[in-house]
Amino acid sequence: MNSLIRSRSRMQWIGYVTFAAVLAIAPLFLSDFRLNLLGKFLSLAILALGLCLIWGYTGILSLGHGVYFGLGAYCMAMYLKLESAGGHLPDFMEWSGLTALPWFWKPFASPVFALGAAIFIPVLLAALIGYLTFRNRIRGVYFSILSQALVIILVTLFIGKQEYTGGTNGLTNFSTVFGFGLAAPEVQVAIYWITLAVLGLVFTFCLWLVHSRLGRLLIAIRDGENRVRFCGFNPTGYSVFVYCLSAAFAGLSGVLFVLQVGIISPAMMGIIPSVEMVLWVAVGGRQSLIGAVIGTIVTNGAKSFFSESYPEIWLILLGASFVIIVLFLPNGLVGLFEKIKGKLFITRERGAKDEQATHTVVS
Amino acid sequence: MDVMLTQLFNGMSLGSIMLLIALGLAITFGLMNVINMAHGELIMIGAYMTYLTQLFFSHYAPESMHGFYFLIAIPIAFLVSALIGLLLEHFLIRHLYGRPLDSLLATWGISLILQQIARSIFGAPNVAVTAPDWLNGGLTLMGNVTFPYKRLFIIFLVVACIVGLYFYLYRTSAGRRMQAVTLNRGMASCLGISTRKVDAYAFALGSGLAGIAGCALTLIGPIGPSIGSYYIVDAFMVVVLGGVGKLAGTVAGGFLIGLLGTFLEYSTTATLAKVIVFALIIAFLQWKPSGLVNMRTRAFE
Repeated sequence: MNSLIRSRSRMQWIGYVTFAAVLAIAPLFLSDFRLNLLGKFLSLAILALGLCLIWGYTGILSLGHGVYFGLGAYCMAMYLKLESAGGHLPDFMEWSGLTALPWFWKPFASPVFALGAAIFIPVLLAALIGYLTFRNRIRGVYFSILSQALVIILVTLFIGKQEYTGGTNGLTNFSTVFGFGLAAPEVQVAIYWITLAVLGLVFTFCLWLVHSRLGRLLIAIRDGENRVRFCGFNPTGYSVFVYCLSAAFAGLSGVLFVLQVGIISPAMMGIIPSVEMVLWVAVGGRQSLIGAVIGTIVTNGAKSFFSESYPEIWLILLGASFVIIVLFLPNGLVGLFEKIKGKLFITRERGAKDEQATHTVVS
Repeated sequence: MDVMLTQLFNGMSLGSIMLLIALGLAITFGLMNVINMAHGELIMIGAYMTYLTQLFFSHYAPESMHGFYFLIAIPIAFLVSALIGLLLEHFLIRHLYGRPLDSLLATWGISLILQQIARSIFGAPNVAVTAPDWLNGGLTLMGNVTFPYKRLFIIFLVVACIVGLYFYLYRTSAGRRMQAVTLNRGMASCLGISTRKVDAYAFALGSGLAGIAGCALTLIGPIGPSIGSYYIVDAFMVVVLGGVGKLAGTVAGGFLIGLLGTFLEYSTTATLAKVIVFALIIAFLQWKPSGLVNMRTRAFE
């Protein structure tokens, strides 16, 4: 932990704390609607942190994190659905002609089980997929393609098995969580703070992780996997670990998302949302943890602004931002900020040094 | 027996379409290590070009010529898609060599833009292309098994493309240059091959093949702005399964996935078939991580 504190400059810590403090008092000055939106973005930022670890630090691009997000969200939604059904069969099952609750739904009546499953099931799937692919050194674009195929399969599965998953409509119409009404503003504020706290914890953990020995190893895997192998490390285990970790964060993010948004459907875990997740990280700066958080808030803010007023422009903007970021801003907003800072305040030599530093790690 | 034959034919038909889509992808991926996510949209462009050709013929050409619009549409689709591919390569892909993940994201962005543009030009609803008269009906074998002419035509088209591509790659000097660059970029460049030119032509060729695939898809069903995205992920799976750098691998991968998908879909459900095919591909990659046919190179990474 000491090394973590030392490795950050004091200014950066002040920045982090101020940012957290502003977010913490947001309920005082934002309307319920805006607060709910911000809470949603913060829950998604947890997922972005996981993606940042796996993509920015380890160099594995997953286009399938919607799957883990969706699994987490569905686990929580199943519990919420059962609680709102109050011992009866959930409405969509009745419409699909089921007469009894399927066996795998039953344990989800317990919130503890649902929460555990929301993290454990994504991790299990990620461990399986990750082990089978990384073990064979299937990486780079091959892995990205396989992860994208995984999304298609899960989405078709969830739409196809309508009687168990609610089909295209997904799961919605929840009433209470742990006995508190979900619609009440106080409950939503509490969930907002919980989300913020979880995000803070995950962020600190990631920060510690990337500055630990393991973090350095991850960067080494990204920059030269075979060299790492020749140095006597086995990259497979580390890659699988980080992949599972990011899946766990995605599951957690799904839980908090469904609590605030009140609906989860296959459309939210499909191909486009999954690639959008990558954009959040890319906008912020792929090798920057704080960038992932900022990128998520900025991109989603822009999305809700544009898709409210000009839905057709949003898709073009989304596409264009991919092109622009990849071509001109490979280190995202954080990289841009560092560049401007380097130009404005620092002498030429220092600036050149900083430039070099941004190429290795920006955080 | 009849059922088996029908399924076999359907599998071949699906496989040939997969193959046609995957051919272009395999060329660009094998040569430049670029995953072109906008490939699906190049298919869409080819499909809309066919639609436009049909519109043009029905307005300006004499009645007797209407049946031939499809034959004209194939080269038009090829050329327009190839041109757009060339532009794409010149303005985007060229700057992203050596960064495969970045080029994947950038081309994905392009695909979103192209889809949206198509939506604003042609509208979101699907448009239908009526097949020429001579493609209606089918070939009836053994009394009760019918092979529609449309599907037979697509298989024929794919075979023609593969033969053409084979001759181009292995029998012409331009194709040999492409092979050389695929095998060893640095050495080819040292021997005086302009790798930049080869890349540009290869990308245009891959895009043009996507255009032909789009043309073929108009025979199967209505076309819309997102037609490409239905097939693209499966086509990528063909490339992954088939291995990179050899035509034979892609051909085998395409037909394998087509046949397997059709038979599984027949014996289980459409959803389950997708899951099983994916599981089988993952299982296969455990055994042969570099695909069905892999090219021997001395490259290490």
